[in-house]
Amino acid sequence: MQAEAKSTGLQQALFDVALQIGDDHLILGHRLSEWCGHAPTLEEDLSMPNMALDLIGQASALYTWAAELEGKGRSEDDIAYLRTDREYRNCLLVERPNTDFAHTMLRQLYFSTYMRAFWAENLDSPDPVFSGIAGKAVKETTYHIRHCGEWIIRLGDGTDESASRMQAAVDALHAYTGELFIDTDGRKACIDAGTISASANIQASWQQTIDEVFSLAKLTAPEVPWPQTGGREGLHTEDFGYLLTELQYMQRAYPGAKW
Amino acid sequence: MSDSIQMTPLWEVFIRPRSGLHHKHVGSLHAADAEMALQAARDVYTRREEGNSIWVMRADQITASDPVNSDSNFDPAADKIYRHPSFYDIPDEVGHM
Repeated sequence: MQAEAKSTGLQQALFDVALQIGDDHLILGHRLSEWCGHAPTLEEDLSMPNMALDLIGQASALYTWAAELEGKGRSEDDIAYLRTDREYRNCLLVERPNTDFAHTMLRQLYFSTYMRAFWAENLDSPDPVFSGIAGKAVKETTYHIRHCGEWIIRLGDGTDESASRMQAAVDALHAYTGELFIDTDGRKACIDAGTISASANIQASWQQTIDEVFSLAKLTAPEVPWPQTGGREGLHTEDFGYLLTELQYMQRAYPGAKW
Repeated sequence: MSDSIQMTPLWEVFIRPRSGLHHKHVGSLHAADAEMALQAARDVYTRREEGNSIWVMRADQITASDPVNSDSNFDPAADKIYRHPSFYDIPDEVGHM
């Protein structure tokens, strides 16, 4: 009886983690998809939706897993499209508006660098679904980091205009990075059970990559006296409501539509 | 020529579909330098598993034959059908050539 309660508790904790990461991927994937048809060059107009599809594919796998853990008969689409804003658990970083190409590349670098470290640490997770997702994701995130990193290096160390825009993006977004490393109750329970790795190694690896890119890009990370957090508890920024309206429109207007 | 075109010159892209085959020209793109051209080529030309190796080369580094010389360059080959190895009987043991 006690063992069963313990396993149910872990299942709930794993569900929380799957939902947090799944939401991160869905929301950032949606943000990137907003560039489709609007990118500064044809090449990037393919590249950003490519990355968006990688992210939405990860979200799909994570939601399917979350739905199984929950066992209440919800589908991945139910989880993706039929929740209200307070029920989303994504970090605030991924919902920040695209603003310009510099902001978009930097937001992606921050997130993908975190995710690559996270997946790499969890390749050996005892949960087979989780380690399976990790194996595919490590390759995808490695490419995202390379792509965004190369752009950031060229923009930061480029013209006066590109350098000032790149630094402005760092000044605007850096305060949102701390939330990536918060161990929520769900995460703590999974870490204690040995299902996912603790954040310490992940943060060190993240910092190293960001420092390398910033050094080559001649960018300076600002001091962050007040980290911006709240997304993991469902407290989002104003921009999030508009994003959800767009994201959920089809499912709300035509419930259960198929094609 | 606009500034943006000068900052991102044209690159020709070559893809090798499988190991053992040769790289084949698939198209072109604009990029600031070789590394960025490779990245863009990966996204533009290998999304559907078209290959496992990419070459990029600046288009202005290619020396091309002049269409004005087409007659003198290529027409003389037209009546030299004996240069095609199609007049030999290949033994069955050789298999596919």
